[in-house]
Amino acid sequence: MDMLAGKVKMTAQTVDAAMNAAINPAANLAQLVDRPIRLTARDVTVHYGAKQALHGISIDIPDRAVTAFIGPSGCGKSTFLRCINRMNDTIEGARVGGTILLDGENIYDPDLDVVELRARVGMVFQKPNPFPKSIYDNVAYGARIHGLARNKTDLDEIVVSSLRKAGLFEEVKDRLNEPGTGLSGGQQQRLCIARAIAVGPEVILMDEPCSALDPIATAIIEELIDELRENYTIVIVTHSMQQAARVSQRTAFFHLGNLIEQGVTEDIFTNPVNKQTQDYIMGRIG
Amino acid sequence: MTDTTLSAAERRKLVRDGLARRHLNERLFRTFGIVAICLALGFVALLFTDVLRKGIPAFTQSNLHLEVTFDPELLKIDAAPVRAAGQSDADFRSARLGWERQVAMLNWNTIIEAGLRDAAPAGFEIESRQLLTISESDARHRIRQLFVNDPDLLGQTISVDLLASANTDNWIKGNINRDLGDAQQQLSAPARALIDIFEQDGTITQGFAWSLFTNVDSRSAPASAGLLGALMGTFWMMLIVIVLAVPIGVGSAIYLEEFAPKSRLTDLIEVNINNLAAVPSIVFGLLGAAVFINWFRLPLSAPLAGGLVLTLMTLPTIIIATRAALKGVSPALRQAALGMGASRTQMVFHHVLPVTFPSILTATIIGVAQAMGETAPLLLIGMNAFVASVPGTPIEQATALPVQIYLWQGNENRNFFEARTSAAILVLLGFMITLNAIAIFLRSRLEKRA
Repeated sequence: MDMLAGKVKMTAQTVDAAMNAAINPAANLAQLVDRPIRLTARDVTVHYGAKQALHGISIDIPDRAVTAFIGPSGCGKSTFLRCINRMNDTIEGARVGGTILLDGENIYDPDLDVVELRARVGMVFQKPNPFPKSIYDNVAYGARIHGLARNKTDLDEIVVSSLRKAGLFEEVKDRLNEPGTGLSGGQQQRLCIARAIAVGPEVILMDEPCSALDPIATAIIEELIDELRENYTIVIVTHSMQQAARVSQRTAFFHLGNLIEQGVTEDIFTNPVNKQTQDYIMGRIG
Repeated sequence: MTDTTLSAAERRKLVRDGLARRHLNERLFRTFGIVAICLALGFVALLFTDVLRKGIPAFTQSNLHLEVTFDPELLKIDAAPVRAAGQSDADFRSARLGWERQVAMLNWNTIIEAGLRDAAPAGFEIESRQLLTISESDARHRIRQLFVNDPDLLGQTISVDLLASANTDNWIKGNINRDLGDAQQQLSAPARALIDIFEQDGTITQGFAWSLFTNVDSRSAPASAGLLGALMGTFWMMLIVIVLAVPIGVGSAIYLEEFAPKSRLTDLIEVNINNLAAVPSIVFGLLGAAVFINWFRLPLSAPLAGGLVLTLMTLPTIIIATRAALKGVSPALRQAALGMGASRTQMVFHHVLPVTFPSILTATIIGVAQAMGETAPLLLIGMNAFVASVPGTPIEQATALPVQIYLWQGNENRNFFEARTSAAILVLLGFMITLNAIAIFLRSRLEKRA
């Protein structure tokens, strides 16, 4: 009996969230139609040793919009995200198949330099992971290694504007030389976003960026993501369906290494085609 | 099954009954820990008090203050030839050479003996041989050196500070039983009596044993035996160890941990390195003798060979400690760096190394300190030879601090060298403690800054 009651409650919540998301969608929908496709994945598979983690994922990710990957734990959404900037390369025994095109260019082309790719595709991780260096050095690091600043003035400008875009500048402008690890969790995550922005990426990948944060910090980051969408292609992995509903324009639902359904966020939440998607959104699996 | 049938009160009782035993176990284990620590500390305290008790007296030494007259009659030498007017170059040179030859052959003990006799109370009866046992046998070299440096001393009387002999030092410090009969004493009865008089009137005083740090080892004049040669030998070896072991060790650890593909070969290498760390040090000595001495023909007893052997010995320690430190770096930091588009090398050198630097530094210092105290491998490459010179380069013959301790420990003049050995141990311990303190200080400082 107890378990059933939980399900019912959960369902009510999710429906609520879906309803909320549906309140302001009309504008979003219109925007989406003419968005060019930035990333195209075809038949992407990932093996970790003998175990297959992803089964033939094909998806198109539009420019300057937020695409959310949702799904239960272990469904492969983070794995697929990490294919997009080839972070899976760093995992022992991981093999990636299929093609992912960024602006028509195969990112798994042997001739492609992964360092250059990661300058174009930035990443924000689940747990805030600022370098154990000063706030300034954290943001300046990418620009430094990629040689984006010709002199100190350039670098200062990059740091300040990145911190501004990440909505962190006002909070830290007096202590740029203090260690980034001394900030609060939410500030650290925004610092990581600033650090990613500083390189001037075209795509920003976010792997459950709010899962380690409190609700207020989460709200600030979500707002920030909404602003960043103006200039960047954003792909976000999230556990929270409410979050997907709030920040994304497109949603893809993963389950057991398969891409079950994808589409405009409102459609996925209000009118899922697939039974599994329906069950997940209603809280019956997950 | 049981929890469904037990009432709440019964369940509480069960837990409470078990508590006494659990607390007892905890107390027992805590007591065991405290006893173990007390035992360990007790042994350390015992070691230190013993070494200190024996070693500290050796830092002072009996000095002999004498008025020595460079009496031409006693020495049987004329004044240095002065070039007479009209004397030819050849004549003068041959006169000068003849005089120098004379100087070299002089018996300087005659004036030391005279000085000692002058210092003794009038009418004190003692044979010459007995008299000379009071001063150390290197006194005549020191006096000759004074004269060679300044031939004008002939006919003058100067006061000099000489070392009292090791036997004199023993007698004064009570290292030898004063009640033993003449047959068992190393000094004759008149000499012992005179030493006591000298000590009373201030002819013999105790002073800091500078010779311990400024002299090289000596067998003929034990009182003048010092550690300078061994210190320099150890210095050269440590220099070689630091220059070779640190970059090679840290470099291979970084490569193995960060860059090497995980394969059967790297597994094999890892196992081998771990085994190497456990190989007894004397085996490294054999290896050094076979490879560096017999094959590469490096000079025997040279700090170069010793340093190379100690490098081999220290490498596994440094590699293992560095790898452990690198392994401990959180994957989040690596991902952050790679995600920013840093190359692997940039990730290692910009982020991973700075974070692990304090650990690597500490491991290195402790590894070097370990190498500094190593004796066994050095014995096998001839560094236990008696070397009475200061090595100016790493390819000259030398000995090392721990080996010097070993040599002194075996010296037949036990009464005197037991204290010297402990003093040398204290010097070595002093270096060790300094190195470890530096390691701790740097670590805490660097970690605070990070």
